Amino acid sequence: MKPAPSIVFFTVASGAGYGLLFWLGVLKPLGLLPANTLFGATAAIIALALIAAGLCSSLLHLGRPERAWRALSQWRSSWLSREGVAAVLTFLPAIIFLIALAHGETSLMLPAGLLSAVGAAVTVYCTGMIYASLKPVKEWHHPMVAPGYLLFASFSGAALLAMLSGFWGGGFFPALVAAALGMAALFFKRAYWASVDATPAISTRESATGLGFIGTVRPLESPHTESNYLLREMAFRVARVHAAKLRSIALLLGFALPALFFCLAIILGGGLAIALGVLAAASALAGLLVERWLIFAEATHTVALYYPTPR
Amino acid sequence: MTSLPTPAPGAKKLGLVIDLDTCVGCHACATNCKEWNTSGHMGPLPDQHPYSAAQEGVWFNRVHAYEAGDGDEGRTVHFPRSCLHCETPACVTVCPTGASYKRAEDGIVLVNTDMCIGCQLCAWACPYGARELDEDQGVMKKCTLCVDRIYNETIPEERRVPACVSTCPANARHFGDLGDPNSDVSKLVAERGGYELMPEMGYQPVNRYLPPRKASSQVKSAPKEAGPLPSQINNPLLRWMDKVLSR
Repeated sequence: MKPAPSIVFFTVASGAGYGLLFWLGVLKPLGLLPANTLFGATAAIIALALIAAGLCSSLLHLGRPERAWRALSQWRSSWLSREGVAAVLTFLPAIIFLIALAHGETSLMLPAGLLSAVGAAVTVYCTGMIYASLKPVKEWHHPMVAPGYLLFASFSGAALLAMLSGFWGGGFFPALVAAALGMAALFFKRAYWASVDATPAISTRESATGLGFIGTVRPLESPHTESNYLLREMAFRVARVHAAKLRSIALLLGFALPALFFCLAIILGGGLAIALGVLAAASALAGLLVERWLIFAEATHTVALYYPTPR
Repeated sequence: MTSLPTPAPGAKKLGLVIDLDTCVGCHACATNCKEWNTSGHMGPLPDQHPYSAAQEGVWFNRVHAYEAGDGDEGRTVHFPRSCLHCETPACVTVCPTGASYKRAEDGIVLVNTDMCIGCQLCAWACPYGARELDEDQGVMKKCTLCVDRIYNETIPEERRVPACVSTCPANARHFGDLGDPNSDVSKLVAERGGYELMPEMGYQPVNRYLPPRKASSQVKSAPKEAGPLPSQINNPLLRWMDKVLSR
């Protein structure tokens, strides 16, 4: 599948934004974060800005962005529509939460924070299900895809929260959460890759053409001499050559280094911890961009079975 | 509504039956499809860079060719690929806008191009590559089963079939109600062992493909070389030999 930059950026940015909103909504009312009102407001604004930037970027992927509002109508059947509805609804408690944080309204913080956290989790789950529900793409139609989106969003959000908490001198607990989630994400992603690599696609050229009863099926002639939409969109193959290296880069930058930096930050503390927090968050987001690019670039679609495999 | 309609008992399931035994791969179906549909229900079907390198465009029907099997059993098979008007089309249910829909009355899957936002999720959801993006309009396009021909009372009744069916010079394409077991197409499918593509995906395509027939035994033995006619043999001795041995 073609890794459209707008979608890669959208899922990483909004994922991190929702992750940050989730942890802020859960940990702030529990008193596990710096009590400063400026900290709370800054973190909430960064979360909402990331979410909004991601959603705007996703509009760039549409052929008719001005009709985007129509996507809110079919939540009964469509995960994309559910994602849109959840995203819009989540803004309501999130904005109330932001106001409560800015004014230090602790009574309002708990309900608004928890509702924001629920909204964030539901939205990211819907994003994951958009991909997990697509049967023609075996790398996406996998039980670990939707939980993966949740895990990576909560990890990147925790990383941002740990960095911000560090600025206000209270980074211990979020850094612990981020380090633990980073390690979990590392093992989860490795397990996912091991699983998809070991699972053969259920469809073959033989089943796609129904000619398997004669013998092996080999494409002889394409319907067209030039490329077409289907090949450009769903038979993207650039990444496969470098997949192994890119996977290592994603694991290292995305999960291993941030987890290590946060562990060091907890141990060392002080000014060094702030610097390590910034490095860890930057590394996590960069690694997740690579991971998300691979999610698309490595995905294979059954329509490619109809076309010759390029050499 | 992108939720699928509950089919009424005895509702029509219009679709195509494509005979892979007789298809000669001439692309006439694809060409006539483009010709009709570019000014039809879901038209236009634009082309990008039509007069230069890398020209491409929207087609509802594309004709592939495959080699299947080896040796005496090996075959070259021409293979037209278009929308199969599935009974459970995920291209419809994933649509966030309601632009994609399946008609309850005859099962045709259509796109309302006035509502489509061009998110392309339907193209991702279709295992068969039946949906293509119109890059000029920014909306998705697909086979309409020539909904603007098959019910069109302004054209003669015998021409009320999809454009691809009407133009096929090998009579390899058949159109009809696959929900009615007594229809001509259903009988053809039963007789020839018609099958669906990628049944493992669970989309329950309506269209059926008729498999290439087994190669006959005559084709397998090498053809006999024809001898010269007696009048072509000038040498009298050889002409006499040929006459004796030919008895």
